[in-house]
Amino acid sequence: MRIELNRKESLLRQAISGLRHHRWGWIALWFILFLLLATIFAGFLSPYDPYEQNRTKSYHPPVRIHLIDEDGLHWPFIYNYYLVDPIFKRYEPDRTKKYNIGLFVKDSTYHLFGLIPCNIHLFGVDSPARVFLLGSDLHGRDILSRLLYGGRVSLSISLVGVFLSFILGLIMGGIAGYFGGWVDNFLMRFGEIIMSIPGIYLLLGLRAIFPTSLSSVEIYLLIVVVLSFIGWAGLARVIRGMVLSIKEREFVQAARAIGSGHMRIIIRHVLPNTLSYTIIALTLSVPGFIISESALSFLSLGIQEPYPSWGNMLTAAQSVRVLTTAPWILIPGLFISITIICFNFLGDGLRDALDPRFKE
Amino acid sequence: MINSNLLTVRDLKKYFDTRAGFLKKPAPVHAVDGVNLNVGQKDVLGLVGESGCGKSTLGRSILRLIEPTSGEIIFDGEDMMKVDNRRLRALRRKMQIIFQDPFSSLNPRKRVIDTVGEPFIIYGMAKGKALKERVVSILEKVGLSSDSLYRYPHEFSGGQRQRIGIARALAVEPVFIVADEPLSALDVSIQAQIINLLQELQTSLGISFLFISHDLKVVRHFSERVTVMYLGIIVETGKTEDIFTNPQHPYTEALLTAIPMPDPSTKRKKIILAGDVPNPAQIPPGCRFHPRCPKRIEPCDKIRPKTTDLGGGHSVECHLRG
Repeated sequence: MRIELNRKESLLRQAISGLRHHRWGWIALWFILFLLLATIFAGFLSPYDPYEQNRTKSYHPPVRIHLIDEDGLHWPFIYNYYLVDPIFKRYEPDRTKKYNIGLFVKDSTYHLFGLIPCNIHLFGVDSPARVFLLGSDLHGRDILSRLLYGGRVSLSISLVGVFLSFILGLIMGGIAGYFGGWVDNFLMRFGEIIMSIPGIYLLLGLRAIFPTSLSSVEIYLLIVVVLSFIGWAGLARVIRGMVLSIKEREFVQAARAIGSGHMRIIIRHVLPNTLSYTIIALTLSVPGFIISESALSFLSLGIQEPYPSWGNMLTAAQSVRVLTTAPWILIPGLFISITIICFNFLGDGLRDALDPRFKE
Repeated sequence: MINSNLLTVRDLKKYFDTRAGFLKKPAPVHAVDGVNLNVGQKDVLGLVGESGCGKSTLGRSILRLIEPTSGEIIFDGEDMMKVDNRRLRALRRKMQIIFQDPFSSLNPRKRVIDTVGEPFIIYGMAKGKALKERVVSILEKVGLSSDSLYRYPHEFSGGQRQRIGIARALAVEPVFIVADEPLSALDVSIQAQIINLLQELQTSLGISFLFISHDLKVVRHFSERVTVMYLGIIVETGKTEDIFTNPQHPYTEALLTAIPMPDPSTKRKKIILAGDVPNPAQIPPGCRFHPRCPKRIEPCDKIRPKTTDLGGGHSVECHLRG
């Protein structure tokens, strides 16, 4: 495996210029950045508090935004909806009163970046109307707001998990490949054991070791650890292979000759030369983490209600009756799919940009 | 022999284990099979031989970059084979290596200042501005300007890269350098520049060299003494002029007639050796050279010849001279 020798520019510039030529990768990059920003500013973008319940507006359909009234063009407005059929959750708009959608309205308090208390939201309407752009769930909570907050959880768990397993994989693969012998055997067999257990059983088993009554922060950390514990093995195996080839290169021997210690050689000389591959592998392993987090939360073993995550929002979609009366409940699934597709496109684009074996 | 000995290698062996098949007996490759050599202070010992004869393995074993199987490497009065890792690192500061391939010998992700300056950081000798000054002064020694400091290896030509490799070796101020075919990857015009640079450094800094090469012209130009290696052993050692004008071993003779002459009209009898170098996992019995030797006599295929001292530092391992 030949690792690129002739770098013409820094890795970042190479990645960006390569991605520009890869249309879908470029679009995916922007979409992911947009999504990340949206979840970071979830408090500002979401019209309501994600935990705020509204018993009279259970399974409220997405509201229709009107731009035209009887006098012609009008500032965007909505009608208040009232429940007409509590069994089948049918709502009818009350056309007697228009509620203009206001910008930068004051509503529930949130903390910007988790620190600065703030109560200004991008948009909103006066009570009692509710601007449920994507509808509401069983408890009458705004799905858009929960989607944004849930995205924060799902994406950060995936990214932090990938990052941790990346570090683990680099260390394990680096040590195994560099030292070889029984160290290599031990680490790689251990990794293979982990890989040989079907993911979902391993997830469930690991989750079962820990008590069910944990605080949300503890659960969050637990999921990150569990996911990265499962995820490192595949990466470590490939890193090991690359290290095996890099350690035979003469600059590694030169580093030993001038007196570098083993750890210095691994960290400063060997691992940096696996970087372009690891970045690609990293991007392509994000989808797996998103799926795993969703699966855990879907099975109520991950993030617990009332805290939203994309996975546990889908828990409500387990019954066919709910699906037929309130199909908007599936929107988080749509976001999971789109995000995964985007990470795959981004990974493909990065591979074209960085991997010399895919270059003309 | 010049001055006192800086490096003495005694009966150095390096076997690589290979396994031909799952149930077959492992057949060790005798890459270096009992080598003796001396390098004096400010000495240049040329090591010549065909590809695959164990030259590079020997060079790297001396620095213990490859762990030798057995033998003694006495450097500056200490046996490299017996010291602990700490002491080994300290000894390695005095001995360095220059590699053949200037493309794989430099880390592609490190700038020149990081590559050449690394020893200073490891040994805590200098940092920041002082580090930069020292790196610049070493670069000047090898003929590179200070604007190459922050550039990456790929921005340089092969010859310049080899200069960077030499600069890295010089940074720890070694007294002994193993030059492992430092010219064979370079263009002929560049070869001359690099050999002149090495010669300059040798005289100005008084560094001893083990100069590994298969280019006999260069060895003759640079070395004071030459040792000829064949299939893991030394077959002949002597002063450069003695070896080149009066070779004693048939293998050395054959090597010498292979040197291209500048004047093609010169008629000369070339000794063309039959066959290839034998597999180092299956060493021929008796003299290792006998299957290819044009002057083979009776005991050659049975008894290994002893080393004969011909005086004046010239020694040969051959039945014809025994």
